[in-house]
Amino acid sequence: MDALTAHLSVLGHGLVTTVQLTVVTTIGAMLLGIVVATLRISPVPLLRTIGTLYVEVLQNLPLLALLVLFVFALPQIGIQFPLFTSAAIVIAAYQGAYLAEAIRAGINTVGKGQAEAARAIGLTFSQSLRYVILPQGLRAVIQPIGNICIALLMNTSLAAAVGVVELTQAANNVNLVEAQPILIFTGAGLAYMLLALIIGQFTGLLERRLAIVR
Amino acid sequence: MNQTQQILFDEPGPRARRRIRIATVIGAVALVGALIAAVQQFASHGELAWSRWEPFTTWPIWRYLLNGLWATLKAAAATAVLSGAFGLLLALGRLSPNRPLRWLAGAYVEIFRTVPALLLIYVTLFALPAYGLNFPLFWKLVVPLVVSNAAAFAEIFRAGIQALDRGQTEAGLAVGLRRSQVMRLVVLPQALLQLAPSLVSQLVGLLKDTSLGFVVSYTELLYSGQVLSTYTQLLIQTFLVVSLIYLAVNASLSKFARVLQARNGRLTGRGRVAAGPDAPTPATSAPSTSATSTSTASSPDPTSPSTSPDPTSPSSTEGSTAR
Repeated sequence: MDALTAHLSVLGHGLVTTVQLTVVTTIGAMLLGIVVATLRISPVPLLRTIGTLYVEVLQNLPLLALLVLFVFALPQIGIQFPLFTSAAIVIAAYQGAYLAEAIRAGINTVGKGQAEAARAIGLTFSQSLRYVILPQGLRAVIQPIGNICIALLMNTSLAAAVGVVELTQAANNVNLVEAQPILIFTGAGLAYMLLALIIGQFTGLLERRLAIVR
Repeated sequence: MNQTQQILFDEPGPRARRRIRIATVIGAVALVGALIAAVQQFASHGELAWSRWEPFTTWPIWRYLLNGLWATLKAAAATAVLSGAFGLLLALGRLSPNRPLRWLAGAYVEIFRTVPALLLIYVTLFALPAYGLNFPLFWKLVVPLVVSNAAAFAEIFRAGIQALDRGQTEAGLAVGLRRSQVMRLVVLPQALLQLAPSLVSQLVGLLKDTSLGFVVSYTELLYSGQVLSTYTQLLIQTFLVVSLIYLAVNASLSKFARVLQARNGRLTGRGRVAAGPDAPTPATSAPSTSATSTSTASSPDPTSPSTSPDPTSPSSTEGSTAR
């Protein structure tokens, strides 16, 4: 147990970094997801194609390949951000594609009559999306979105592979000093489970508050 | 065209058509602008020079990368087979009438669903050797991936088995089959057929996971790229080519999943028309063309919220593709 308490500041710092990365990328990915989902259902064929391409490309590339490309290769053409920012951008872009698909699935569940009624009272495409379709569509997929957020939490650990010292990397660093792998990695695993539990509880709460019972 | 796409806007009139044209032009300008900016960025740092790309027309470089791809596919295949089998066992355990077994399988799935694969890889890299468990490099990548993917597969299988009409089980029991026989002869064949698309898209996720070989220095595709780039100093070119290879392989797999989906999991023949009472014109009415549509109207995809009639069971909406 000493191994954990002696390095509490390192592990705590790692945990905070993981939480920060998760929160920042969740917000970014959510906004991106809504934009891409909107592109994919817009009346403009070119925008639909762009949305589809985005989802196809980002969902079919490994996150680690994207991180390596962004962090190690892009500086060669003069594009360089602080490490944390790079990781946040890449993870948000990657999970944004998944969220876009979840949101589109939600939009698909909204009754046809809702959209027809919105058009019948004269709302434009963006108005009907904003006031009628999205509020209902998003509520239908709170649970899947929560699952994606948990996947996002787990994916933030990949930032360790390109040098961000988040929880996984912090645990690894402490283990290199203390050589008590079981204790340290179990502790880190429990921390991830706790965070996932919090996300799960939060989405459960949102679902109970917001879901439309038909 | 997708149903939703049609209902959100009318057949465009003259004004709407003009607006669509304007939006198209704006979108095209933005796209071309981004492309030009990217090319300029490449050019200004001398990365467009033919000498920087020429190596990728030579066979030795490709042979090296294709060897990496082969290693990726081997690791993915081993992980898929092992975690698929283990996941199925876990799912059966979770659904079994035996309480301790159910609890054990449930605990396994809940734990390893929320522990990152990288952490498990660190455990096999740095923790297990201290206890005398030093796997060869290949298994250092595959074992952690199996451990974490088995949980994902278990959830897919469980969702599929539970989604099957209960009448099937009851009918099986009524004709005198034992529980294990019902599972083996009646439930599983139907559930697996329904699940085929989700299983294939889980394969895509699994193949992407093998890129963690980068961390264990197993020379799969991504790590091959890394080795190659330190040798040739062609960082961005190498990783772009590696990404394109990943994209080609995974996009084909994803496409295959969609084809399966449109055909109700069957490889040959025209799929049955899965018209439920609430889906009078599903995409399946034209299986060959609807392979390109991404409608999830009556799909067995567990990410689709419409297939989760039981809101109290959180895992029935488990995102199999949410990786």
